[in-house]
Amino acid sequence: MKRPVRPRTTEQWSALGFVTPSVLGLGLFTLFPVGMAVVMSFFQWPMLGTREFVGLDNFRYLLGEDPDFLTALRNTFVFTGLYVPLNILLALGLAFWIHRSRWANLWRVLFFVPAITPMVANAVIWKLLLQAVGGEPNLLADGRTALLAVVAMSVWQGFGYNMIVFSAAVNEMSPSVLEAASLDGATGLRRLVSVQLPLISPALFFAATMTMINALQVFTQPYILTAGGPGNATETLVMNVYQAGFESRDLGLAAAGAWLLFAIILGVTAVQFVGQKRWVHYES
Amino acid sequence: MRASRVVSHVLLAAVALAFLYPLIFAVATALKPPGETFGSPGALVGSEVRWRNFADVFTYVPFERYIGNGVLVAGAGTLVVLAASALSAYAFAALRWRGRDGIFLVFLATMMVPQEVLVVPMFLLMQAFGWVDSYQALVFPWAFTAFGAFLLRQFFKSVPGELREAARLDGAGELRVFLRVMLPLARPALGVLAVFTFIGYWNSFLWPLIMINDVNARGTVPLGLQLFFGQNGNQWHLVMAASVISILPTLLLLIALQKHLVKGIATAGLAGR
Repeated sequence: MKRPVRPRTTEQWSALGFVTPSVLGLGLFTLFPVGMAVVMSFFQWPMLGTREFVGLDNFRYLLGEDPDFLTALRNTFVFTGLYVPLNILLALGLAFWIHRSRWANLWRVLFFVPAITPMVANAVIWKLLLQAVGGEPNLLADGRTALLAVVAMSVWQGFGYNMIVFSAAVNEMSPSVLEAASLDGATGLRRLVSVQLPLISPALFFAATMTMINALQVFTQPYILTAGGPGNATETLVMNVYQAGFESRDLGLAAAGAWLLFAIILGVTAVQFVGQKRWVHYES
Repeated sequence: MRASRVVSHVLLAAVALAFLYPLIFAVATALKPPGETFGSPGALVGSEVRWRNFADVFTYVPFERYIGNGVLVAGAGTLVVLAASALSAYAFAALRWRGRDGIFLVFLATMMVPQEVLVVPMFLLMQAFGWVDSYQALVFPWAFTAFGAFLLRQFFKSVPGELREAARLDGAGELRVFLRVMLPLARPALGVLAVFTFIGYWNSFLWPLIMINDVNARGTVPLGLQLFFGQNGNQWHLVMAASVISILPTLLLLIALQKHLVKGIATAGLAGR
C-alpha cells in the first residue's frame, strides 16, 4: 500500500526545521570542540600568551617525561580493573537475590540511592566516615590503601545502576526456557551458568561496556577523597587532564592527554565488541 | 521454605542497612552537637539532637544560593534537552528526508566522545563567547546530546504510522502532529529523560569546577559543598548537614520516580547512557 502522496520537498523542509536546533548544537558544542581538541594537541597552547606548533611534543612529553601521566594511567587501569568486576558481581548477585522478593522494588530503590545523590556529597561523607572509623593513619592517607578506598567508595556509589539493569533483565528471562532447563534437570550453579547468565548476557555486555567507559573517566571520587594523593597514589587520567589544563594552564597538553584517554576508551570498547561474539547471546 | 524466605529477607535487610550506613552516619552526624563526632565511638546519637546545624549551614555560606543556582541551571538545561531531543527525534523517527541516516549516524558517533576531550576546547569557546563564569556556560554546552534524541526516537518509532497519517489527512501540519499527537504519547519517555537530565545537571561537577570562578554567586550545589568542605572541614556536623541538604532534592526525585525506576532505566539504560 502506498502512503498518501505528499510533496516530498515539504517533508524535507519540515525535517530540516525539526533537526536544526540539535544539529547546530551538536556541531557547535561537540563536533567543533572535537576538531579543536585535535588541533590543540599539536600545539603548545598556554591559557594566556602565544601558542606555538610543536608537532607530537605533547604526546612525547606525556608518555616519556611527565612524572605523573604514566602513574595516572596505571592508577586508572588498576581502578578500572577492580571497580568493574566488583561492581558487576555485586549488582548481579543482588539482582538475583532480590528477584523473588515481594519487596523487590523497595530493595532496588534502596540500593540505587547513592547512584542518584551527588557524587561530591557521597565522597565528602565517605571521607569523614573513613576518618571517623579508620584510625590513624586512615585508609585514604596510606599510599597502599588509598586507591582501594576510592574503589570501595565508587562501587558503593555506582553498582545500584547496574543492579537495576540486571534486575530488569532477570525479570524478562523467558519462562519457557527456564522451564525447559529445569525439566532437563539443570539446577543450582549449572542452571545459573549455562541458562540464566546466557539469557541475560546482552544486559551483562551492555553493563560491562558502559561501566568500563565510565570507570576510565573517574575523576570526582579521587578529587574529593584524596586530591590524587598521598603523593600521586590516586591520581587518575582525567585528574591529570584537569591539572594540565586548568592548574598548569597548558591547554595543549591537556588536549593531548584527553585524546590519549579517548584512544584507550575506544580501544577497550572495540575489544569488548569483538569479544562479545563469543559470549553474548541475542534472542533472534 | 517459608523459614528460608524469612532468613533471606532478614539477611537482605542487614545488607541494606550496612549499605546505607554512610548515609545514616551522615544524617546522625549532622544532628550532633559540635565536636561529638569522635566523642562516643559508634554512638549515632549525640548528647542532643541539634536541628540547628541545618540552619547554621546557611549562615556560613549562601547555600540557598547554590540550591537556587542548581535548580535554575538544571531546570533550564532539562528544558533545552527535552525540546531539542524531541524535535530531532521526531524528524528521525517519523519523517522521510534526504540525509537522515547519515546525520543520525553522526549523532550516534558523538555519544562516544568523552567529556574530557570536550572540556578543554569548550573552555576556549566559552572565552570566545564571553561566557566564562556564567549560567549559560553551565546550561548550553551539554544541552545538545544525541542520547535524548536516540531515546525518544525509539519511542516515536513505536507509535503506529496510521495515527500520524490520520492527523495529517485532517489537515494538521507536521508541527501540529508533533505537538498534538506525538508529544502526549511520549510523556513517559519524556519524563524519564527529564528526571535523568535534571539529576545529571544537578550533580555535575567537573565542568562547573572549570567554568565557575565566583562560587558564591553562580556556584551549583556540588561546587558550594566542595567550597564549604574546604573551608570548614573540621566542623563535621556542619559539613554533614550540608551534604544531607545537597542529597535531599535528588532523594525526593528518586522517591517520586521509584515506581518507574526499573522501566525507566531498562529503556534509557539499554538505549545507551
